Amino acid sequence: MREVAIVGVSMIKFGRYPDRDFSQLGAQASLEALKDAGVDMKQIEALYSGNLYSTSGSGQRILQQMGQTGIPVVNVANACATGSTAFREAYFAIASGAYDVVMAVGTEQMGKQGLLGSRGDPATSLEGRVGSYMMPAVFGMAGMEHARQYGTKQEHFALASVKNHFHSTENPLAQYQKESPLDEVMNSRAISYPNTLLMCCPTGDGAAAAVLCSMDKARQFTTQPIKIAASVLTSDPFTDRDLTLPDVNTLTRNAAQIAYQQAGIGPQDLSQVELHDCFATAELLHYENLGLCGDGEAGIHVASGAPWIGNKIPTKYQEDIAPLQDKTYKPKTTAVVNASGGLLSKGHPLGATGVANIAEIVFHLRGQAGGRQVEGSKVGLAHVIGLGSSCTINIVQK
Amino acid sequence: MAEATAAAPELRPLVPHLTLGATREEDYLNGSVCKNCGTKYVGPRLFCAKCSSSGPFDTVKLASTGELHVYTIIHQATPYVKAPYIAAIVDLDGGGSINTNIVGIEPTPENLQFGMRLKMFTEKVSEDNEGNSYVAYRFTPA
Ligand SMILES: [Zn+2]
Repeated sequence: MREVAIVGVSMIKFGRYPDRDFSQLGAQASLEALKDAGVDMKQIEALYSGNLYSTSGSGQRILQQMGQTGIPVVNVANACATGSTAFREAYFAIASGAYDVVMAVGTEQMGKQGLLGSRGDPATSLEGRVGSYMMPAVFGMAGMEHARQYGTKQEHFALASVKNHFHSTENPLAQYQKESPLDEVMNSRAISYPNTLLMCCPTGDGAAAAVLCSMDKARQFTTQPIKIAASVLTSDPFTDRDLTLPDVNTLTRNAAQIAYQQAGIGPQDLSQVELHDCFATAELLHYENLGLCGDGEAGIHVASGAPWIGNKIPTKYQEDIAPLQDKTYKPKTTAVVNASGGLLSKGHPLGATGVANIAEIVFHLRGQAGGRQVEGSKVGLAHVIGLGSSCTINIVQK
Repeated sequence: MAEATAAAPELRPLVPHLTLGATREEDYLNGSVCKNCGTKYVGPRLFCAKCSSSGPFDTVKLASTGELHVYTIIHQATPYVKAPYIAAIVDLDGGGSINTNIVGIEPTPENLQFGMRLKMFTEKVSEDNEGNSYVAYRFTPA
């Protein structure tokens, strides 16, 4: 397998685009990624397109907007890991030697459907009659498993939102760029215990793209090629309750183990992580799944300041957070988590998310992340999980 | 002109892992045990996700009692369901974990303890356009 580099990335501002369709959003992101790479559309040998709601022909529709060169197009759907799975297919296309320059694009147009969506025939729907199967319920209960095992408090989960919303204020591409102190997160409308409204990611529209190239050809296009050190995909292995309550932990732990092995690094070597904080509860679970802290330590890890930009709690929040800290806790990793503001702020247009997470880390590795820059970032990990279940981890480095 | 005879309305279980008896007191949850590896599943199975065999499977009656594994309190519900309500995962005595609603208590975290004992009952929860009725199971504190 050949070394693969990222030579161009883009992410359009996530939000609501009622006057555009996904292919126009995807075309815009694709053209921006080509420009960023200094690559012409005629040099792209294949396209890998991730979209969950318009699975049939999503990539072709994007090319019909911005470049019908007749290249092979592969359309990918893989729950929330759709975009990152398309990226991984692009990675393999080059690693295998089949192509030298390809593009991955992720798009989604979700509109204002909210968290509920359609639940089918009211007479025979199970929703609310035999438990709940909505995302808020699954991630509420996944958080409660952590609370059951370790006594994690609602306030600890809420700190993920305080942190990510704080980070978002410096991300002009985020759907929301609004701070929320702890009491505001705790007192916002209850959605699915322990998650409140400000502990749930918004739905929206968006697109992101990446141009990938073999490392030996990358210097033709850029002086700063970013190496893909690991690209991993797992599905949910059989665990006791997985068929009843999706187990979001085991497949993430499996993916992390393989990714660290592929990259030849450990969690202590990471400068930053963009992880799948679809709900605040999920962020804490994944600290442990990715090895950023020990099992049961996620609550005190976020309260310690370690995953915040600058590795410390901002002065204005110190008083609020002090009661949740364990002064004897020594973080074993200093990876900043979700410097972008995470899905909680940035938004989560499903098919776009997995490519956008990687683009965000590339911005930091190049020193282009503005006010949210993780100083001296050298290596970053992008994690996505989709229920059903699929998990991707991509590790990228300078 | 011959009239099509309308089928008589039926009483149906809302999920395949609920078996209806002659009365609601006789309803029970059903499961399957893989004869190859011993894994116990909720509801009928053709194949085993754990050992990749086609079993065969023994059909078994699951317990109507168990303990609370985890819960959430849903405040924003789908339109035909009254919120807030408690959605939970219950570990049945003797094996099998199921999704359910816990009723008969106020939906607050203070009223719910991990591991608390629960028991099942069934009731009619909906009716379709042809007049068929659907029965679901729920749990209450034992
Ligand atoms: Zn088996």
